[in-house]
This record gives sequence, structure tokens and C-alpha cells, in this order.
Amino acid sequence: MFIINCPYCGERDQSEFSCGGEAHIIRPKQPTELNDDQWAEYLFMRKNIKGVQFERWNHAHGCRKWFNLVRDTSNDKIHAVYKMGEKPPVI
Amino acid sequence: MTKYRINKTRFIDQTKNVSFTFDGKTYHGFEGDTLASALLSNGIHLVGRSFKYHRPRGIMSCGSEEPNAICQINNNTEYTEPNVRATEIEIYEGLKASSQNCWPSLNFDIGGVNNFISPLIPAGFYYKTFMWPKSFWKKIYEPLIRMSAGLGKSPTKPDPEIYDHKHEHCDVLVIGGGISGIISAKIAAKNNLKTILIEDKNILGGSTIYQNNKNFVIDGQKSNEWLTNEISELQKLDNLTIKTRTSLAAFHSYNYLLAKENISDHLPLDKKDGSIRQRLWKIRADKVIVGAGAIERPLIFNNNDRPGIILAHSVKKYLDFYGVSSGLNNIIFTNNDSAYETAVSLFEKGISVKIVDIRKKSSSSIIKNAEELGIEIYWNSTVINTFGYKKIKSIEIMNLSEDGSNVTGNKNKIQCDCLAISGGWTPMVHMHTQSGGKLDFREIDQVFVPSEKNENHINVGSCNGDFELEEIVKNTNNKVKTFLNINEGGFDKISVLCSKESEKKNIWLLPNTISESKTKSFIDFQNDSTAKDIKLALREGFKSIEHVKRYTTTGMATDQGKLSNMHALGIIADTAGVKMGTLGTTTFRPPFTPLTFGAIVGRSVGKFFDVVRKTSIHEWHIQNNAKFENVGQWKRPWYYPINNENLYEAVQRESKAARNSAGILDASTLGKIDIQGSDASEFLNRVYTNAWSKLGIGKCRYGLMLNEDGMVYDDGVTTRLGENHFLMTTTTGGAANVLSKLEDYLQTEWPELDVYLTSVTDHYSTTSICGPNSKKILKKLFPNKDFSDEAFPHMSYQDALIDKIECRIMRISFTGELSYEINIESKYGRSLWESCIKAGEEYKITPYGTETMHLLRAEKGFIIVGQDTDGTMTPIDLQMDWIVSKKKYDFIGKRSLYRSDTIREDRKQLVGLLTDDPNEILEEGAQIVSELDKNPVEMIGHVTSSYFSPNLNKSIALAVVKGGKKMKGQKLFVPMENKNINVTVSDFIFLDKENKRINA
Ligand SMILES: [Zn+2]
Repeated sequence: MFIINCPYCGERDQSEFSCGGEAHIIRPKQPTELNDDQWAEYLFMRKNIKGVQFERWNHAHGCRKWFNLVRDTSNDKIHAVYKMGEKPPVI
Repeated sequence: MTKYRINKTRFIDQTKNVSFTFDGKTYHGFEGDTLASALLSNGIHLVGRSFKYHRPRGIMSCGSEEPNAICQINNNTEYTEPNVRATEIEIYEGLKASSQNCWPSLNFDIGGVNNFISPLIPAGFYYKTFMWPKSFWKKIYEPLIRMSAGLGKSPTKPDPEIYDHKHEHCDVLVIGGGISGIISAKIAAKNNLKTILIEDKNILGGSTIYQNNKNFVIDGQKSNEWLTNEISELQKLDNLTIKTRTSLAAFHSYNYLLAKENISDHLPLDKKDGSIRQRLWKIRADKVIVGAGAIERPLIFNNNDRPGIILAHSVKKYLDFYGVSSGLNNIIFTNNDSAYETAVSLFEKGISVKIVDIRKKSSSSIIKNAEELGIEIYWNSTVINTFGYKKIKSIEIMNLSEDGSNVTGNKNKIQCDCLAISGGWTPMVHMHTQSGGKLDFREIDQVFVPSEKNENHINVGSCNGDFELEEIVKNTNNKVKTFLNINEGGFDKISVLCSKESEKKNIWLLPNTISESKTKSFIDFQNDSTAKDIKLALREGFKSIEHVKRYTTTGMATDQGKLSNMHALGIIADTAGVKMGTLGTTTFRPPFTPLTFGAIVGRSVGKFFDVVRKTSIHEWHIQNNAKFENVGQWKRPWYYPINNENLYEAVQRESKAARNSAGILDASTLGKIDIQGSDASEFLNRVYTNAWSKLGIGKCRYGLMLNEDGMVYDDGVTTRLGENHFLMTTTTGGAANVLSKLEDYLQTEWPELDVYLTSVTDHYSTTSICGPNSKKILKKLFPNKDFSDEAFPHMSYQDALIDKIECRIMRISFTGELSYEINIESKYGRSLWESCIKAGEEYKITPYGTETMHLLRAEKGFIIVGQDTDGTMTPIDLQMDWIVSKKKYDFIGKRSLYRSDTIREDRKQLVGLLTDDPNEILEEGAQIVSELDKNPVEMIGHVTSSYFSPNLNKSIALAVVKGGKKMKGQKLFVPMENKNINVTVSDFIFLDKENKRINA
């Protein structure tokens, strides 16, 4: 069970958070312009990396804020935590 | 003292007699004994039967690795517990233990027949034999296996004991109270670090605390004496908490650990006094030092499982700790020096002992010690067979060939009543790997040792592969200093003398004169798998250790292969001709030793299992005989039976009353989200399928919410309270998820929108009154209000006062009747409800529950998200095209509504179903078919909602059917167990299609 450093609250137990999957998948601004394949790419296709992965997390039982987190899925080491809208760090 | 209690030790109080029973017979032991040591002191070795062949088995170890001595405790009481290891449980006055897996009795065992037919039960036997024919599984194979297996009986009554959970934080957690743990804890605590030391036994000291051999000396004292002093020093340290009888269950990432403390297990039943039985500690430690120790390996040879064959070091512990000699005529069979300590100990107490060693020689000080004492040693020899059925009587030994692959010379038979075996030591790396640590293989003594890269935990002592006393003490001191960044260890100048092993030799499967197929060389004693099972699995093509393990069930019993995993790996490596280090190990999973369910759930039992949510009107419902239904965590009135009515009768009455006069429903559980901000209407436009910008202040609108994949997610009515202020309602079960989803979009996709969401579900109580007389009742409650259709039309809301308390009245309907919902601050909910009941008395206002609500809405063809939908229904499938805006550029899920899959015409679509026999009520969930004689029968849909409608006087149902939109009037079938029900596809609005009743 990790300790996650919420950018708004500080270090908290993982049980307070929920994971929202891969980060930086932007909802298309003009979905109607997309064909089925392009839309499916946004809707369904997600990476499942063994290694460094960028993820969305929500402090669900805390401040309820969403933020991004960089985690190595092979050892659960968290490399960085940053707010929504901020530029992802280079890892 | 009994014949076998030959020694007085300071660990066992021989003035405190304890009596207990084993298999119904009374025995005596002393305070401090485990069940195993007490049984051995009475000369009892035979404690169970093996799982597959039902061979007699005896106590084999003195710890958590025990595969054989598995007992049922206090059978036929509410305290009964199966699968308790006799080597771990402390005896107490009145303890009743019995052997397991030995029907009909320990001494006469019908399953022993399996022993003779064992050539027929090879690896994978269960997979191969019991697979076919399928129909045999339930009636023949499964009962057969269950009867002959019988791994203990579960309690039949609720567990009367109390369990607890507690969180703990510390700077340093030390796991294991052996010599390395004690050194570590002392260094940490003396350097102002908040330290916890946990030890699973009842006293500290590990195996050093009874190490009285003169070859092991620290600072001029025998190592046990030195350690005894250290422990008394330790107990004076303020920063240190010592928890004995506490075993580590799991070591998770980020140094989060679970440890189980036994608080009252060792107390007699009448002294437990309602105290907590076990406590699960949830520890978050800054640094963890693991000193978990090592487990002695057995040796693998023919018939190595007889009662009386015990691990050599366990024999030493029974002797030097408990004062019990496992046998009076002992043979030590070893491949290493450590077993000589046992031999010397036995000899010094005047007990007969001989040694069989597979090595050609060894010249360390402990060997010299044994030789000087005149102990007979058979070098370069191996045991090829053992004799004695219920207890070992003799062994046969032969010389090993030059390369160890064969036996030579003559057989030599030697009498004995105990064979103490030692195949070396396996570091307990379980904790290290559980936390994510990797292992390295050390070729010289064939062990996996932690490969340390983790900056927040280290391994010390024998679990780190340090087996010699000098190494243990000095390496622990140095490692802990570096790890905790400390200059003075306190043990820097210590002097240690010890015997050092010079010769190492290991043979995973010892050779024999007879062919392998005729031997029984056990690897996993609890699951009865042998060396030849492993080889068979390899011949059949299994390669991965994980597959071999599952196929042969090696390492899959309750001991999780603590004694067997290394031998399985070794034999695989030897057979396949590969290096053992390249095979890797199987995964070590928590818990390290089995945990009780009680410890896992702690206090979360009974009414503390989950949160129960009640509305402010709840007590009234109870007083009025409501039956409740769980909706998420909410308790909702299901129906209100009068005079012994059943569910059906009550619902028929309630439904008629709601349509004919007036019904009242507690709708407080519906989710309510307060939405404010200058972009609130734009936000609603994006999350609902229909348009919201033009909704006037004071108006209400029904909305449907989709997932991005186009599937219906939730629905509800939203009211515009002000220019920038809305109140959204959601389904009862969906409230929390909807709020999360909306927050997600607001924070991550549309941060530019000025919108604020607040959950107000619990803030307001909602009373819904429906029926043709509802308007008259509202008029009585709010005499100053104009309830005419012009002043207060359907789908609108008004503020109002009742007894000077503010409330909101919405004229909305989920039943198709004229209907009002009144929202009031929760604390006034009950008083408002009772005012409504009073005002409605003259109209026989009838409280109704969720079941009637469901029936009424089904008559009207309104869906329930989650009942008529299942996450695969689009609004088009539900024939709700009317609510999907064509004009809006975008909303959540819009693009998905015309994907190739969602525009298929043969998707399941919502329809009505009428049974040909109007009195026949379909079962919800029943499958629907169009052709009965097609093989296989094609299921084209299923019933989602079904009721007998008292208002239409016939059975009605909603269903989803492939291509159902175009099937109106078509005949279909609902096949049931004993009959086929004929149905006709109909419109799904059964009542008042013209919406006349809403304005009645
Ligand atoms: Zn937070």
C-alpha cells in the first residue's frame, strides 16, 4: 500500500485515493469530426506499461481533487506528483 | 516427570502442571509447553494421517513450517478451530485437541488403503481422473474427495471472540526476536529511534537463547547466557516496544506491514473473560529490519515421512528449550555441521545418539567436539530406507559412490526410535520478497538470499544467508549502523567464537538401490507429493516451476511449502540439467502463516460490517410495520404489510390506492447534487443528452446521462432553482458515482467552466405524494398556495412554508399520476411526513414502498437504470430517442451513439411483454427465445421487470430483445424449468399513453 503525496493535502495513505487510469488522454474537442477508429482510439485504447507510467489519481476520501502521478508499475515507486494542467515532468 | 521429559530448563515451569486432551485421552504438560512438546513428552509422535495416501505422520518440526501436526482445537464448542499447528499453540488447562484427516480414527485408518494403490495416484491424478465424465463430478468425485481429504471442520456457530485492528507508526520495525533482531532493536532504540520489535514466540531469543554448546561464545560467555543478559538490558529501553506472540502476516510496499498479535489464545477458555483474542496491527514503518531466521531443510530419501523422523534442530529445541527428548535411541542424518549441535546436546544428557553424514569428512570444532565425546559417525553414508509403521524402528544405510549419484557397499541396518534429519538451512526470504525484493542464488550452499537494493528495509541474520554466529553478530551490527546512519553500533568491539563449517555437500534427492518408481521420497509432506511426482510432471512437459507446483500440488498446502519448495526446485534443476538459480522461485504470497478470518475482519462484523443509511422518517416506517430493502447502503421501505399480507398482496393494495386516491413515498434516498456557477446550464448541456439552456427558472426537466461509450449511466430530474443554480437528482444507488464522474469532467476536461458541485443528499428529506387526490392534500398543507395547472404546472417547482419552515415543492411524477415531491431540511422530514399522513387521512393516503413504486412506473413504461439497463443499453436501445438532442454539438457519449456497433439494428432493445395467460407472471431475468426447437436454443433477450398490474388486471413485463423495436405483435417464448410461457411483444407503455392522469 503506497503513500501518495497529494499536491493539495500532503502525504496520505493509498486507501484514501482512487486510480483513474492512464493520464494525458485528452477528450477530443470535436468528436463529430472523428471517424469510428479515431473515436475508438480515444475511447478504448489504453497502455498497460511495465515500468514508468503516467496515471490519474483522485483523492477520493480527502480533498476530492484529481491530479497526475508518475509511477513505476514494476516496483510502485512514485517518481512525481503534479496538478492537473501542469506539464508532465521528464522522467 | 515422564520418561521423555529428561531435562529441566528455565523456559518451562515444571511446578505448573497443565492437563489437556488429545483425541479424547488426557495428558499432562507444563506451562510454557506447546501442544507438540507436551505430546512428545508423553511419547506421542503419531498425530495425523497424510492427505493423499493416509500414511501415519508425526510431529516434524517446532514452528510454523510444521506440515504434519495439524489439529482441530476444542471440537464441538463454539471456540473450535481447524488447521492449528501443534508446534505453535501453547497448551492451557482444559485444551481439547484432536488429530485431523484420519477418519475413522488415528490408529485405524481406512484411507490407508490409498497407500497400497499409490502407484495409481501419480501427480495430476485428480486432474486426469476426475475430469470425466462431467456428470460424475458433483455426485461421485467431489463427495469422495471431500470425505477422504477432510482438512478440519469449520465451526458451525458464530465466532464468540473479539478481534481488533490497530494502526501503529514507528521509525524502525524489527521483525524477529532472535539474536540478530535483538542486536538491531537495541542499536535502533539506543539511538533515539522509536522502535518496535515483534516476535511470534512467547519469549525472545530465537534459537540462541537455548544454545548452550561450548563452541559458541560471545564476549567470554556461552551465547545463551550472553543473549539472556542482552534481553534484560533491552527491556529497559524506553523507545522500544516489544510485542511477543506477534507474527508478521504481510509486508507490503512502502513499508506497510500487517502483524497478528495473539492476546488470549494461550489462556484457558474460562479465563478469556471476554478479552480480545487477536489484534491485527497495521504498521507503517520508516525503516524495516527483517531478522526472520531460517528454516531447516529435510532430506529427501525413501520413506522419509515416518513418525519419529524430525528435523534435527527441532530435536535440539525440544531438548534444550522444553526439556523433552524426542527419542531415547537417536540417529542424526545430516549433510551439514549444525546437526552435530543436536548430537552433542543429546549425548551430554546421556541419551544414545549416532550420526549418519553424507559428507566424507568435516573438521570444524563442533565435529571435533562430537568425535571427542565418542559419538559414532557414519561418514559418506545415506539412509536408503526406514522401517516401523506408526513410529520409526530402524533405518538402513549404505555408502555413497564417489560422485554421490549412487550407493555402494553393504546395507547396514541400525535400530532407532528417532531419526533427526538436517539438509541444511533455507533463509526465510518470504518477507523480503513480499515487499518486492529480489533474490540471488548462492551456489556454495544452494540458498536464495535477498539481493538488497531497497533503501527502506534490510535483512539481517540467517534470513540474509548469514548462518555462522560470528557473521550474524558482526554483519548485523555493521549493516544496521549503515542502514540507520549511525556511527556507534554498541557491538563494534564484540568477540565471537564459533564453529565454522568447512565442508559443504548437498544432494536434493538421495540415491537408492531400488528404482525411483518404487520409492516414496516425500517432498511436500502435507500434500503428499513425492520426488517422482515432480519428475513425472517434467516428463509430461511441464517446465515452469509455477506449473509444476500446481500440477503436483507441491507447496500448495497450508504450510505453503516452507519445507518443500527448495527441494522441488532442486530436483527440477537436477532433472532438467539446468542451474537452480536460473529457475527462480515461486511467488511468496501473504499471509506468511494462515490468518483467522476474525483477525482479518476485526470489528467489522454484524452491524459494523457496513454503514447503514437511514432517512429521517425511518422510525416512522418501523412503527408502521414496513419491510425494508437494502438499496446501496440505504434502508428503504419495501412494502407496508397490513394483517399478515404477503409482499404480493401488500403491493397490489398499495398500487391501487396510489392510482385511485393517494399514495405517499419516502423518496429521501434519491441522490441530490446542488449545482451552482455561471456555467451551470452549459455544464448540464454537456453531461445530459437533452438541452438545458432554455429551461426556465422554477422548471424541472428529466435528464439522461450516458457514459462516453454511449451507454445509459444514470437518470433523474433536475430543477432550475435560479439563474445559476440547479438541483440535480440521481438514482439512489448511483449518487456517489455520478458526483465523482461530474467532478472528474469538471476538474480534468472542462476546468474553464465556472461550476461547483455539492452533495446534498442527506441535507433534504423528500416526501412524494401521488394520486388523483394528491392536489387536495397539498392544498390542505399549503392553504395559501395556488395549485391550479396554470399557476403550478407539471414539471415546475415552487418555494413554500409549512409551520414557518421553508420547503420546496416539485410537481414531478415517476408513477404517471398527478404527483408532488416536497423537499425539506432533513431534521423536519418526519414532522412533514406526519403532517402529510394527517392531511391525507380523509383520502385514505397509503404509504407505499419501493416495490409498489417499481410496479407503478412499469405500468407507465418508465425505466429504472440498473434494472432495465445493464451498462450495455443506449437511449436508442431504450426507445428514448426523444431525449437525445440532435441540435447539441456535443455531450458525454454522443459520438458513441453512431459507432458501427451502436447503430446495429439487432441490438437488444426495450419492449413490453404480455403473457397470453394474463394471470401468468414472468420471472425477472428469464430468457426469451423465438424458436423452441432450434438446437442449440438461441436466447434473444431477457425479462428485466415483471409484475401483476392491479390497475390493468393483467400481468405486464419489460424486456430487452434483439431487434425488439420491430417485433411488436410477434409471439415469443419464455422457457421455464417445467413449461414454456407464450408471450407477445407489446408497447412498453401499458397505462395512460396520452398522459391524462398527470393533469387529472
Ligand atoms: Zn488531497
